[in-house]
Amino acid sequence: MKKQFFIYPILVLSIIFTGCSDDDPIPTPVNEEELITTMTITLSPDGGGTDIVLKTVDMDGDGGNAPVVTITGGNLSAGTTYNGSIELLNASETPAENITEEVQEEAEEHQFFYTIGSGLDVTTTYEDEDGDGNPIGVEFTLVANTVSAGDLTFTLRHEPNKSAAGVADGDITNAGGETDITETFSVTVE
Amino acid sequence: MRNYALAILLLFSYLAISQNCKYTLSGKVLDLHDGSVLSGATLVVSETEEIIQTSLEGVYTISNLCKNTSYSIKVLHSSCESKTFDVKISEDTKRDFKLEHHLEELNEIILEGKAYDNTTNTVLENNVSKETLERLSTGALGDALNSLSGVSSLNKGNGIVKPIVNGLHSSRIIMINNGVRMQDQEWGAEHAPNIDVNSVGRLTLVKSAGALQYGGDAMGGVIIAEALKVPVKDSLYGKTMSSLTSNGRGGVLTSTLTKSYANGWYGTAQGSLKRFGDFEAADYVLSNTGIIEQNASLRLGLNKFNYGIEAYFSFFSNEIGILRASHLHGAADQVRAFDSDMPLIINDFTYNIGAPRQNVKHQLARIKGFKTIENFGTLSLQYDYQQNNRFEFDIRRGDDKDKAAIDLKLGTHTLLLDFENNFERQLNIKSGVMTRYQNNFANPNTGVRRLIPDYDKYDLGIYLLGDYTLNDRWLLEAGARFDYTQMDVYKYYRTSFWEERNYDILYPEIVVNDLGTQVLANPNLKFHNASATVGAKYSFNDDYHLFLNYALASRAPNPSELFSEGLHHSGARIELGDLSFDSEVGHKISATLQRDHDRFSFSINPYINSISDFIIIEPTKVLETIRGNFQVWEYRQTNAQLLGVDIDAAYKFTDKLSFTHQWSIVKGYDRSRDMPLISMPPIATKNEISFEHPKFYNLKLALQSEYVFAQNEYPDTNFEVYIPETETWELLDTSTPPSAYHLLNFNSSIDLKLNKTSFLTVGLGITNILNTSYRNYLNLQRFYADDLGQNILLNLKFNY
Repeated sequence: MKKQFFIYPILVLSIIFTGCSDDDPIPTPVNEEELITTMTITLSPDGGGTDIVLKTVDMDGDGGNAPVVTITGGNLSAGTTYNGSIELLNASETPAENITEEVQEEAEEHQFFYTIGSGLDVTTTYEDEDGDGNPIGVEFTLVANTVSAGDLTFTLRHEPNKSAAGVADGDITNAGGETDITETFSVTVE
Repeated sequence: MRNYALAILLLFSYLAISQNCKYTLSGKVLDLHDGSVLSGATLVVSETEEIIQTSLEGVYTISNLCKNTSYSIKVLHSSCESKTFDVKISEDTKRDFKLEHHLEELNEIILEGKAYDNTTNTVLENNVSKETLERLSTGALGDALNSLSGVSSLNKGNGIVKPIVNGLHSSRIIMINNGVRMQDQEWGAEHAPNIDVNSVGRLTLVKSAGALQYGGDAMGGVIIAEALKVPVKDSLYGKTMSSLTSNGRGGVLTSTLTKSYANGWYGTAQGSLKRFGDFEAADYVLSNTGIIEQNASLRLGLNKFNYGIEAYFSFFSNEIGILRASHLHGAADQVRAFDSDMPLIINDFTYNIGAPRQNVKHQLARIKGFKTIENFGTLSLQYDYQQNNRFEFDIRRGDDKDKAAIDLKLGTHTLLLDFENNFERQLNIKSGVMTRYQNNFANPNTGVRRLIPDYDKYDLGIYLLGDYTLNDRWLLEAGARFDYTQMDVYKYYRTSFWEERNYDILYPEIVVNDLGTQVLANPNLKFHNASATVGAKYSFNDDYHLFLNYALASRAPNPSELFSEGLHHSGARIELGDLSFDSEVGHKISATLQRDHDRFSFSINPYINSISDFIIIEPTKVLETIRGNFQVWEYRQTNAQLLGVDIDAAYKFTDKLSFTHQWSIVKGYDRSRDMPLISMPPIATKNEISFEHPKFYNLKLALQSEYVFAQNEYPDTNFEVYIPETETWELLDTSTPPSAYHLLNFNSSIDLKLNKTSFLTVGLGITNILNTSYRNYLNLQRFYADDLGQNILLNLKFNY
């Protein structure tokens, strides 16, 4: 009598187990669509010369390895005006996806900020604007004033409050929103 | 001297002989299932052919019984099966006889109700009253449980309410919904139980792992939600309830209808709708905290004397807005938000729910049958299927804007076979087998790395429980359970993490595919868990009872603890699990002294819970990413100990005026590192004065004070973040708990009789009367905004 009772669950169990263990669908890797792996800031001297390229690359996204930061093209020259542009890529996809385009499509919801550390004597000006006439910051000019050195931080904010005090002029203090990307570069003007 | 002694002894023996047939047997005749008294029951003493009837209170007395004689007493009652009890008389004896009330109630329900009553005879069970459930119909299930001592809740805002029992939550609590163990991704701190409070007729809490028939891993306890009993007679009844609230400017509409037949068939349909806009703190709108919820359930069954079958379906769907200002990217954003007294984003009130938000659907189907075999016991078989779909929407960019960032489908099949036998009256044995298959599917189309990987999980559990009524005073209980769990997992690991954890050296054999930055691994984990309980209940007299219980619980780590690896947007932190975790093993000893009395009743419940390999998550470092710095929270195993006391007391000044008191304290420590555990509930006390006047429209008035102390023991998880704008290092205070707070709540109701069978209950309540601004240590939203401000509730209930 007793034996019978324990047979049923074992029977059903065996059906379930054999029924499901045969098909092991191997999951596909997730295509990280919003990932930004690479930010490249190109500073072209007005009137020609070698571009200075500030670059940060974090191939495995949030967590994992720390981003790799490089500056190529040497130091900034005092008294020179540079035409700056920022490119964002998701290089985890092939071909790499250009995220800058997405930022420009949603221009009202994005803004770059250039935070100039103490000691560094440069000035920046936005050279683009969204539909409301507020800056986006993908294009900008940078004037290297006097010989100096310090930090230069590039920050992209998602959904900032562009009408808050100082934000349209590039002051991040009241911008709010969330940080999509941020990197600090040690820059020298010689 | 010797002669004196002899004379005295002789005298005593003479007295003994002369009083041999002067003993009395007295007690009550009770319904076996709910303990209600049975008046008009007849007792026949076979030996003397004496016939006695119970009084209106169900009390009987049989006099002139002889010492050391066995009597056979047959107990009869019009609506019960007659039963004969054997009683041996050695002194004046008190004994209650219990009859099975099967002619009016459903056997299946009886079986269940009884199973619950017997869940833990040696742990005092706590029930949430029907009135409380109805009063809190606008809230979450966790709010209703919160009314019990020893229970607090882990919240994310006010929509996501997760019960904490004696300091433990999530996977350490088992939730049973109409006999089905909920499989609703309960591991996450922001995953609330998917049960509609309005579908619950009776809510029971067992603060012990001793309820082994449900599982052996209930470190914190077991919460049992069940439907009300349906009588076996031709009837149609129901209720419709509407609650409106000022805070959230919304309400709930819920309705239940039951039809039953004398031939045993019955059916209950229930549905509810919930809709709220943005809730408000004392001083501002909590933007994007609206709730939409739709639930329905259907129960159909047949109950006969010795067999029955029941089918149950339920559908639960909700959409909960998450405070907009709590969604942040990285530690620098957190510094800005923490430094602000107000949420950084406050919009005008709206019913719209934007991102971030959760959308959860839980579907449950259960079929259960039972058969009683005479002189053997009752056998029941249950199959259930649950499907839980969880979507979490974040604030995203571009084409992904309306796409869920988390899209999980958890499907669970469970088969239960239980057997219950009453050998004689004193010994009750329960045993059973559980088999379960679970599949989790994480949709890769989210465009976000999977937080929980795809897996297949197989469980097999077997248990044996017994209780033995030694005599009027002692009841003993013991049980054991064994569970086997196997998980077959496919997970993509970041190569950097895979190597940092040395998994490439420890587990090279589980790598299926190496994609450069990612590694696909196929861990196959097996866990063997043993659990057990022993306990005793001692009754000093009718009023005083002592419950003693020891429970051994073992819990296999959940998928989140094992496999988390990456950014958890809702917490703006990186969470890392550990593939090498073992099961945690807990030893909980609890005692309860209870006084059950009309005028002054109380219970005092101290406990100590020592858990080895306790899995906790805590901040360990700050990680640099392209998005800025993120706090890293890592799971680790340690030896933990939780100690606490729960106190309940009630005093009736008069028939109309009464006072109730609750006090809960729990302290948790990491014994390996000698520091306090994170997120332990602070001391809380509730005091309520209530007035009721049954003759005046059943008027009820209650004023409640709720005082929550500041948590004074917590680990320091603060860290410093560099802010380029100011070129300073700023402290991010993630650990300091908020200050103590005091809330006043008022509640009232009256019943208006409409006709013979229907009446209307009108209730008016105010929570947080003084519109106090406060923050709760166990609300994940506390860093960004205050908790709820004043709320006025209007409650209309129509019974028919």
